Amino acid sequence: MSSINQTGAGIRLPNFCNLGVMLRVLVIANLFVLAAAVMRSLQASELAGHFLVGAAAAEPVIIVSLTLLCAGRRLLHSLAYPAAVAAVVALELALAWGWGEVFGVMFPDQAPASYARQAFFVVFVTGVILAYFDLRARAQSPAIAQARIQALQARIRPHFLYNSINAVLSLIRSEPKRAERALEDLADLFRVLMADNRALNPLAREIDIARQYLAIEELRLGERLRVTWRIDRMPADALVPALLLQPLVENAVYHGVEPLVEGGEITIEVTGSDDRILIRLTNPFRAGADNHAGNRMALANIRERLQLHFDAEASLQSRAEGATYEVTLRLPLITTPR
Amino acid sequence: MTLADARVPRILIADDEAPARSRLRDLLDDCRPEFPLVIVDEARNGREALEIAGREKVDIVLLDVRMPQMDGIEAARHLAGLPSPPGIIFTTAFDAYAIKAFEVNAIDYLLKPIRAERLLAALRKAVAASPSREALAAAANQPRRHLSVHERGRIHLVPVADILYLRAEQKYVTVRTVEREHLVEESLTRLEEEFGEAFVRVHRNCLVARAAIEGFERNAAESESGWAVVIRGTSERLAVSRRQQHVVKEFR
Repeated sequence: MSSINQTGAGIRLPNFCNLGVMLRVLVIANLFVLAAAVMRSLQASELAGHFLVGAAAAEPVIIVSLTLLCAGRRLLHSLAYPAAVAAVVALELALAWGWGEVFGVMFPDQAPASYARQAFFVVFVTGVILAYFDLRARAQSPAIAQARIQALQARIRPHFLYNSINAVLSLIRSEPKRAERALEDLADLFRVLMADNRALNPLAREIDIARQYLAIEELRLGERLRVTWRIDRMPADALVPALLLQPLVENAVYHGVEPLVEGGEITIEVTGSDDRILIRLTNPFRAGADNHAGNRMALANIRERLQLHFDAEASLQSRAEGATYEVTLRLPLITTPR
Repeated sequence: MTLADARVPRILIADDEAPARSRLRDLLDDCRPEFPLVIVDEARNGREALEIAGREKVDIVLLDVRMPQMDGIEAARHLAGLPSPPGIIFTTAFDAYAIKAFEVNAIDYLLKPIRAERLLAALRKAVAASPSREALAAAANQPRRHLSVHERGRIHLVPVADILYLRAEQKYVTVRTVEREHLVEESLTRLEEEFGEAFVRVHRNCLVARAAIEGFERNAAESESGWAVVIRGTSERLAVSRRQQHVVKEFR
């Protein structure tokens, strides 16, 4: 779903490398195999046998075609949509024919269905699956635009804006230099907030935005706000959804640090492995010190954006343990837009 | 102190953010030529504001709504119980709930960043009138965390969590904690409305903290229902009325 800026078939064909897409294809195709088995079975006892034979005929085709579609997605996405659909159907037919020949040699006792019937089944299932993903993409693209608007509204709390302006005002007479710097930080932050946030951002940029935000908060909260960064081992060039980190940090300040007289510490840890990014944020937690409805709303917002970008491959978890509140984000590590 | 000084309003600033306090100081200085005033002190949360107001003579409190430990609205409710309550001016950056509550209950407030002219107008008004206890109670969106007891002009705070039971006597309500008893000038019905979840009514004149109930025992002599509630940490027994007898069953 990160391919929203592409032209060609990219908008309407799914990203076949995505785990969620693969799972959906497998489930839909197998439901059709099951339906075919039900239609062929005269008695319930025959069903298992028919399904097994059907699955044996279909499964290799599905898996090999998913692998090929994933590998060839760039080529596919550069085509116009009708051409891309034709290419996918042709690939499926070829694979089904090839596997049908092999299947006939391996299991000579199984009477093969006529090739015309097989071809009909393949074209039908492929068509249904592509139509499903097309509809799904259409249903979700307004959601992406919506998510952008939401990002603007829910991202920065008005509370933060007015308090920051108030803090800058307090500095103008006594420390004009600091006031200037604070206004510059504020301007940078709002430039990001006003921008088109549908694209992916390098992780290092996200860290910068969070730092600028924290610089302004430090102005207001002084020693009450303590921040520890653990980002030495982060994959700085990895791409993540824009404005992913700042809202989480803002939550930590608003719900974790501000309600405490003595303030508290926020830790931000970012690590990467071969194919995943792990982001962990902790802040102080005191039951009843604050109402947490706003926090849940912000987390739900981020969860939704992660889902739009990565489907089932990303996750966000939060939990309160003792005096600490922890949010953990897991996302796939990508360095070039898919 | 000369007679002229005595009439100059004494102002207390309460805000948890240092820049916000210094901004208010600057603004108050700007108001001075037109509105002579004295800045008594600065408080970093509601509790500190109460301590200062109990210690010093304060005429007006500039009170931030969102503060740690004790928020502005709760602090205002305690301040309103003082023998000569100070005028209160709420300040807030943006708190949709509080703003709505203030509007509904006709309580004045200032939006941050505050303009000097607006502050001046609010100061002039605050000297004349301040929000009533009832309006403040209606504007609050959560129960207080303390009850305030006024002793010789001072505010003494009793944490609600420490209360064992509340018992109505003619004009007052007795607040019992493990250490001692206090008297507060509030109505038991209102207290039940506010703290209803943490307390249970065992008698027309008595609310017992759920956490303080050790158990119930048969006590036919003194209680019309034949039951008395045993209060944790004390040797006291309180009668359960016939009407409230169902709490004995619910407790088990």
